[in-house]
Amino acid sequence: MKTRDLSELAVRNLREAVLRNSLTTLGVAVGVASLVAMLSLGVGLQTLASQRLTRSGLFDAVFVTSQRNFRGPRPPAPADSAPKKESRSLDEDARQQLSGLPNVTEVYPQIRFVTEVRYAGKSETTSVLGLPDSSRSSGTFEGMTGTYFSSPTADEAILQIEFAKVLTDQPPSLVGKDLTLRFAERAALSKEHGRDSFFPESMMDSATPGGISIVPREKTLRIVGVIESDPSAGIGGFGGARVYLPLKIAEQLHVAQPDDLQAFLSGNPAKPSYMALTVRVHSPKDVPQVEAAIKQMGFATFSLLDATKSLRLVFTVFDLFLGLFGSLALTVASLGIINTLVMAILERRREIGILKALGATDRDVRSLFFAEAGAMGLFGGFFGVALAWLIGSALTWGTTIYLHRQNLPGVKISYIPWWLAVGAVVFAIAVSLLAGLYPAARAARLNPVEALRYE
Amino acid sequence: MPAAPTLIQAESVFREYRLGETVIRAVDDVSLTVEKGEFLALLGSSGSGKSTLLSIMAGLDRPTSGAIRVRDRNLAELEPDELARYRRETVGMVFQSFNLLPRMTLEENVELPLRLAEVDRHDRESRVAEALARVRLGARRRHRPSELSGGEQQRGALARALVNRPAILFADEPTGNLDSVNGEQILLLLREFQDSLGMTIIMVTHERPLAQKFANRIALLSDGRLVSDGA
Repeated sequence: MKTRDLSELAVRNLREAVLRNSLTTLGVAVGVASLVAMLSLGVGLQTLASQRLTRSGLFDAVFVTSQRNFRGPRPPAPADSAPKKESRSLDEDARQQLSGLPNVTEVYPQIRFVTEVRYAGKSETTSVLGLPDSSRSSGTFEGMTGTYFSSPTADEAILQIEFAKVLTDQPPSLVGKDLTLRFAERAALSKEHGRDSFFPESMMDSATPGGISIVPREKTLRIVGVIESDPSAGIGGFGGARVYLPLKIAEQLHVAQPDDLQAFLSGNPAKPSYMALTVRVHSPKDVPQVEAAIKQMGFATFSLLDATKSLRLVFTVFDLFLGLFGSLALTVASLGIINTLVMAILERRREIGILKALGATDRDVRSLFFAEAGAMGLFGGFFGVALAWLIGSALTWGTTIYLHRQNLPGVKISYIPWWLAVGAVVFAIAVSLLAGLYPAARAARLNPVEALRYE
Repeated sequence: MPAAPTLIQAESVFREYRLGETVIRAVDDVSLTVEKGEFLALLGSSGSGKSTLLSIMAGLDRPTSGAIRVRDRNLAELEPDELARYRRETVGMVFQSFNLLPRMTLEENVELPLRLAEVDRHDRESRVAEALARVRLGARRRHRPSELSGGEQQRGALARALVNRPAILFADEPTGNLDSVNGEQILLLLREFQDSLGMTIIMVTHERPLAQKFANRIALLSDGRLVSDGA
């Protein structure tokens, strides 16, 4: 029999016992829905976690330091180890070179310094960090009291709430107020200036630089936000800062850094080097390649790539378990299909006999039952995916309402990617066909004479 | 006048059934020939084996032993798919209980053998119309079997049997569920097919007068054995 005729007959047969077939199809739909809902929850949570972690800057960042940096005593290198690349200074040239690497989106220095903060007659010492403008979209500042910096060059500051509590009992009231930073500014001295200073003449040859001066300065900043979390972890590096300002402002302050002494001794104090640079890449998968390229350039690197691998493993196991629970419902549904089709054989025994008397082959009969099982799987799959979408939307809706009540931004915890939707329908059809194997084979084996005798 | 060629040849056909330890012999060493264009009536009382013999000749059942040759092919040796093809292309069948599918219209019931034979969709319509016209049911084509009288249902079954233009038409007690008037109408139609289409007709019946009136030849069965065979 031709496929089109077979399909028409199958649909006609399904329509005839509409209630029972609808209930069986609904069973398949519920099975598929539970499977898809479970997996969509897994995918949604994984996507959410990946997005958050990616936006946090922890997993798409390579932290670069110069190999010259003092790291304390080290064991001697093995005798057979390859000769090390010449260690380079992490200066502006290096920054430009790192920016030019493939898949690198942003390179910015970690400008972090200890300063004195004055506010309303109080004076406190704390750590300050410059934030790149890209941290605006990191998600860290969602739900913060106040706003993010109005521009990358605004004289504004955001306070970590623990530090804000040190300044006042009412941290939110700080928004809009001014505070003053007292810090040590570094400035390069000219050669002539150096000669006039206390360096002995014997130390000053033609290659000797002038030197550096450290001058106390003050900077007044407007407090625009108070944040509960610590944005300095990830975007800024390793956490611990309590006052945040735009990176460009932090750079303009020319605050004296520990590396300045090294720059001075290296002979070019006018060209300062950075303590560390953060290199952001397009996606976490680009980290190994970029990290290798940076090492090749002679810098030391650090990334949290291994942590993402562990995270992926955890989610894979999580998805597996969710899938297993979802599959149980689909197994029950497939038993329903077997039951429906076996009942149909009993009811339609005479019909099978007539078809065979008219010349239907065993294959025709088997295909007819197969087509009916497949159609139930197809419709069940579609309804199941739609149902799963509704369940996922309801879960997202409920979670968002709950989070809003907690003054937190809403999240999408359920996500059905196209491959899950298509895969679920294909899986539903496959399971239904599998469930139809036995009934179809049994129908095909019926003896036409006995089947025609059946009342 | 030259003798008509032999179309069906049954040679020492046995058909046995096993019911627990008991073996029931439904057809017991039957040999007979059917010529092309003949109208043969298989006559016998209930349980005489006439329907079993008809099922074997129609390719619905297989003999326990013996041979059924149709156009030099032994049905007993055909593969299941070949036997299905024989039923589809060579044979038409009508039953005592009409056996129209209740959820299909008359037209769809008649179209069913054409679907199975994978006849082109465009040809089907004209062939269904032609078959229904032959049994004078063109006006009832959209009716379901439950909306037709017994006589009409059997005429519909006849249309379904001849829509594939078979060489042989098997009828198993075609008048068993009909009154005498409708029964005669059906047999008249069978005769008409025999005469106009050259169809060979083998009919099982237990009504001797009808057999004598319409058949060319009567084969009498009793307890599975062929006891007489003649005009």
